[in-house]
Amino acid sequence: MSKQVKFTIDGTQVTAPEGMGVVDAAKMAGIDIPVFCHHPKLEPVGMCRMCLVEIGRPMRDRATGQFVIENGAPKIQFLPKLETACTNKVEEGMVVLTQTQSGKAKDGQKGTVEFLLTSHPLDCPICDKGGECPLQNLTMAHGPGKSRFIYDEKLRLGKRVPLGELIVLDQERCIQCARCVRFQDEIAGEPVIGFAERGRAMQIVSFSDPGFDSVFSGNTTDICPVGALTTVDFRFEARPWELEAAASICTQCPVGCNTTLNTRREAKAGGDFVVKRVMPRQNEEVNEIWICDKGRFAHHYTDSKKRLIKPLFRKDKKLTRASWDAATKLAADHFLAAKKDFLILASGRLANEDLFNLKSLADLSGGKAYLYSHMGGGELTSLVGVSNGTNFGSMGKGNTIIVVASDLYEEAPIWYLRVKQAAERGATLIVLNPRETKLERFATHALRYDYGDEAKFVHDLGKKGKVGEAFTSAENVIILFGSEGLGAAGTASLASACAKLLNDNGFVGKPNNGLIGVWERANDQGAWEIGFHVEEDLAKALKGKAIYIVGADPVADDPKLAKALGGAEFIAVQDVMETETTEIADVVLPAQAFTEREGTLTSGERRVQRFYPAVPPTGDSKPDFSITSQIARHMGIILEGTLVSAVFDILSDSIKSFEGLNYARLAEVKEQLPIVGRGDLYYGGTTYENTQGLGAHLSAAATRGETVSIPRVHASREAAPHPKEKELLAVPINKLYDRGTTVLASDLLHERIGDARVALHPETAKRLGFEEGQMVNVSFNGTSGDAVVRLDESISHGIALVPRSMGIAIREPVPVKVRSKVKA
Amino acid sequence: MLLKKYPKEVQQILSKYPPEGKRSAVMPLLFLAQREEGYVNKAAMQDIAKILDITETDVASIVRFYTLYHDKKAGKYHMQVCTDLPCALRGAEEFLDALCDNLGIEVGETTSDRFLTLEAVTCLAACDKAPMFQTQGPDGIKYHENMNVDKTMGLISVLKKSVT
Amino acid sequence: MSHILLRHREIPDINNLNVYTKNGGFAAFKNAVTKMKPNEVTDVVKNSGLRGRGGAGFPTGMKWSFIDNKNWPHYVVANADESEPGTFKDREIMEGNPFQFLEGLALASYAVGANVAYVYLRGEFWELGAVLDQKIVEMEEAGYLGDKLFGTDYSLRIYNHLGAGAYICGEETALLESLEGKRGQPRVRPPFPPAVGLYGKPTIINNVETFANVPMILANGAEWYKSIGTSDSAGVKIFSLSGRVRKPGNYELPFGTTFRDLIYKHGGGVQDSRTVKAIMPAGASSSLIPVDDKVLDTPMDYATVRTLGADLGSASIIVIDDTVSMKWLINKTVHFFKHESCGKCTPCREGTYWMSHLTEDLQHNGSTGDVDLLLNVAKQMQGKCLCALGEFATMAVVTGIERFRKDFDNEVRA
Ligand SMILES: Cc1cc2nc3c(=O)[nH]c(=O)nc-3n(C[C@H](O)[C@H](O)[C@H](O)COP(=O)(O)O)c2cc1C
Ligand code: SF4
Ligand code: FES
Repeated sequence: MSKQVKFTIDGTQVTAPEGMGVVDAAKMAGIDIPVFCHHPKLEPVGMCRMCLVEIGRPMRDRATGQFVIENGAPKIQFLPKLETACTNKVEEGMVVLTQTQSGKAKDGQKGTVEFLLTSHPLDCPICDKGGECPLQNLTMAHGPGKSRFIYDEKLRLGKRVPLGELIVLDQERCIQCARCVRFQDEIAGEPVIGFAERGRAMQIVSFSDPGFDSVFSGNTTDICPVGALTTVDFRFEARPWELEAAASICTQCPVGCNTTLNTRREAKAGGDFVVKRVMPRQNEEVNEIWICDKGRFAHHYTDSKKRLIKPLFRKDKKLTRASWDAATKLAADHFLAAKKDFLILASGRLANEDLFNLKSLADLSGGKAYLYSHMGGGELTSLVGVSNGTNFGSMGKGNTIIVVASDLYEEAPIWYLRVKQAAERGATLIVLNPRETKLERFATHALRYDYGDEAKFVHDLGKKGKVGEAFTSAENVIILFGSEGLGAAGTASLASACAKLLNDNGFVGKPNNGLIGVWERANDQGAWEIGFHVEEDLAKALKGKAIYIVGADPVADDPKLAKALGGAEFIAVQDVMETETTEIADVVLPAQAFTEREGTLTSGERRVQRFYPAVPPTGDSKPDFSITSQIARHMGIILEGTLVSAVFDILSDSIKSFEGLNYARLAEVKEQLPIVGRGDLYYGGTTYENTQGLGAHLSAAATRGETVSIPRVHASREAAPHPKEKELLAVPINKLYDRGTTVLASDLLHERIGDARVALHPETAKRLGFEEGQMVNVSFNGTSGDAVVRLDESISHGIALVPRSMGIAIREPVPVKVRSKVKA
Repeated sequence: MLLKKYPKEVQQILSKYPPEGKRSAVMPLLFLAQREEGYVNKAAMQDIAKILDITETDVASIVRFYTLYHDKKAGKYHMQVCTDLPCALRGAEEFLDALCDNLGIEVGETTSDRFLTLEAVTCLAACDKAPMFQTQGPDGIKYHENMNVDKTMGLISVLKKSVT
Repeated sequence: MSHILLRHREIPDINNLNVYTKNGGFAAFKNAVTKMKPNEVTDVVKNSGLRGRGGAGFPTGMKWSFIDNKNWPHYVVANADESEPGTFKDREIMEGNPFQFLEGLALASYAVGANVAYVYLRGEFWELGAVLDQKIVEMEEAGYLGDKLFGTDYSLRIYNHLGAGAYICGEETALLESLEGKRGQPRVRPPFPPAVGLYGKPTIINNVETFANVPMILANGAEWYKSIGTSDSAGVKIFSLSGRVRKPGNYELPFGTTFRDLIYKHGGGVQDSRTVKAIMPAGASSSLIPVDDKVLDTPMDYATVRTLGADLGSASIIVIDDTVSMKWLINKTVHFFKHESCGKCTPCREGTYWMSHLTEDLQHNGSTGDVDLLLNVAKQMQGKCLCALGEFATMAVVTGIERFRKDFDNEVRA
């Protein structure tokens, strides 16, 4: 712990870490010094001049350097000018007088508010920030009663200036505090918004293309201390004081960001509660006070018109309404009859409790349960995954973080952000990928390998000179592995190479060590812990079975799977929305969205976290776990637990890594710094305080005292196929904004999703006679799809990058033919 | 484009700064780019951003902080008359008025032949030689001191000849 | 007396390297690099009493001794941004006697162990920049710059860097930001540049005129320099004289010269033989000194001018005669600062904007109430801005109104 110093603020003696800013130290002592530009997560800049205070320091004798003593105490010398409490650091013996004790400070702050208001439109009645606005609040508390600036020609500026398609700037309201600009620069590392002009003409602008091109853009609206930055999602949608709040967990990626869902009764929803916005909720060990734009804006699928509201079954070849009892009975009958050929296909979109019931049903009925994912390797993250005490926020010098086969920015944005910051604090960051990714900019070492060589590359990492040394000499090592260019088999062997490397070198079973999967979905890790596996040749496995598909849309994802399902014996689909798979189902079971129910998710960092209901269920939908129980009952199998917490209790009793966990434990909170989200929005922004639970880590095999042995890597399975003449090797990559069911339903994101595309090196394109933007047809293994050509110099020759879930169903590296589409 | 057209100049500019200070080159590169058309266009900003590994927004916000960079096309020459306090005490404002009359434009406007944009600027460190102005054009920035309207009109015709 | 800084006025072609060296040029630099320890150079400058000529008058040798020797590399930066209205001395030094300035810069670099020095020139000095580039090449060719100078291990390079039109870039931390390729907005201080400067490294920044003094001090000794000027302000100063005088221009004179001598003896007196009403001794950022005979006989050095309620600053003496309207004058200065405010801090950004509304109104239809408000707004800015520009913006307004209140009352509505 850093050295503590004692200082006095408004007559009270307090202790704070040396070097802490006066504003932050005061805050810890319960004293509020008003600020606009200062934010506890950003470097102090002293711009707004709101935090003016009087500061006195013990006087030193010039000759001796000793403190001057007067009346038995050090003599305190005050500077004639007020000083900014944000930029001054606490020192031993310092004396601070804030606005409550110093008339001078009070006047200074009042002056600053008056200056700010000279250019401010004071349009609070129509401002989205009204009610949670630092400027409004601090004006009430510290500003002058009336304005002496009476010019009719008060600045008139743009009221609706889109910085991009998601964030709108009101130039009149902006107070030039630069919090947004500094957030993008310091925290996100993407300075795509900035100031133009100077003096009073200074304005926020974005020149990126597309505008405000950052997946973290929404956070700027949380820390904007006025209503200058708003999201298109919430702009003019509701007043903050009308909103209810429910704690939730983002379901878009394995990070598991803590969120708060703000809801309101809405006429257009028939007087029902709807989610009006998604806000970050503080969890310093997971997402701090940030979330990415996907998490903030993609929630609209939960109120999509395509939501399933009633159970359906097929009658005369058509899907027709059925009662819950009839629908589940029909499914149960077919599953029972299928015996060994009963197969469950479930995705990591589901909660732990849902997955546990599904797995129990498969086990008790003699069927099989597969995880619907293109990634393998979860047995290993369950074995040597990270556990208790692991926190990217605590990593710096002495920690090594390896990221392999993953573009974290696209796949798990908040991990990207936290890994970047760890690197900036001194952690050794090693990025291994066949092409350049955004994270590389912050890497200590960035190495390239060829697609197909990933497992071998990792296996030999220790021998790779400086990088090898950086690895072997590290105190703590974390490896994040992903699925760039890899299918289920490839990721499985990459995972085992990583796990072996970690295990052999002792980087397991202690805080800040272990393996993390950059999974496709929010709860893939939970599925693995509960005992799900992926089937490498899923199409083959599906043939002729009675299949229970939960939270997945294989028909839309992959023509091969669609075909295989065509030959299935019976299909029951349980989902929140109509999908291409529900269209071919024999029974359709409407499930509740995560906004409508309770449950837990296990993040990629193996943290189990609770989410809570925010809005009432849609139609007759039910939570997944209870639908499964109902089917089970018809099959003569009793799955205990009607309450979701009871299911969780059974789960934690039967699965070792969950041992000791229960809902009460997951709801525990502790004091987090910085202090945010209380009445004092001026300080941390509109991020919510976490009062509903920080969650808890699963235990790791090594900490449980189990011996861990990692299977040998199958070298034969990893190499990518060799394309023939005139073929390219197509490799799947992951894209944040894809055409997945839970993204596509949000119109807001359509511009960012874009078209189906295939990216080529300019040379490769030239050889084939393609140009940027041209339509081509990509064919392989008897399937094909159309895509637009994008050129990218960071790709190797002869490779075609194909984003997943963007229309062309490539699960693993395959040779493809790319042909030009004749223009219509 | 910039890199292709002026490889030597770009390299020479970059060589002045340490690798960690590469971004320092943004100002000289903007001057280089501005030589082309008298203003910095979007393509040039993209170019510079790429050379220096910064964002286009970074570059644009620099362009729009400093008054010697222009992001819009104006006259071939900017004629920038100092009307700051010391020059004004020595007749600079009257000089500028007379110049406007002679050119038939207002301060801030461009002549109809798009040759000249007339501007009033703050102190140019030539207070003892007022009235004075600088011209900013294809030949860089030049000072013209102890001026009067006749001398100025003469200068304009000389400049016009030199570019045609 | 012959010149110490503006030597080109006596020695033709001293901007030619041969002529400069024939007149003793670079002897001090060579002597320092080959025979003196870096801190010995600093000590000579310290003992000479040289104070910074950029405005603040900070003791130069002391500044150099603050360089953080635990953090390397070090940089030296010459502040050649010269943008204060009324200041035009650095330009004459660099045009007329460039090598003396560059030698001073080289000496400073040696003294603080910098191997790279930058000259930050205001962008308008475009032609001068090209000339200086050439002078630097000549110095490299002659062995005064480059690797292993004079057979020692010391290496030095000097580079020019052009600004692009922003007064604020004369403020040293804004200058550093600008030199780093960012918007020229001041940094929070502390830390000061000798601890954290260019690229985060210890950096010494001095004004051009400050550097130009250094070779002569090293050549002739600290005692010689101290013998010139006053006990408070050693040596000579270039006074940039402008405004309503017959012979505006730069005058290099010892500190302690009176305003009267400068204006009447050297500057040829006031235009049209009017009387001096006010003096702004430090350019547009100056306080206004109401002038009477006693003021005219005041010797100009930092301490004495302060007794008149003003700072000598960069000694850019703007002479205001009795024909000048005070409300016109403050409107001019306020517009300058409003135009040049970088916008980073609230009081300056909003205050200059507000003040300009008020001073503009005063030109046509203002009232005495507006004058009071203006005074109050200016005072509300004082002591609260992030850098001195905001403070500067208030000086003429506050001293103008307080010291010439009658003028305002006569010229505006009651
Ligand atoms: C707004 C502002 C403008 C300034 N402009 C200049 C300038 O143009 N030239 C200069 O040498 N110093 C200028 N200064 C002073 C510098 O910040 C700095 O004090 C000086 O360069 C230090 O050099 P010196 O110690 O040799 O005087 C300015 C200061 C401020 C606050
Ligand atoms: S005082 Fe003016 S120039 Fe200085 S930082 Fe503040 S806004 Fe910028
Ligand atoms: S200046 Fe301290 S909070 Fe803005």
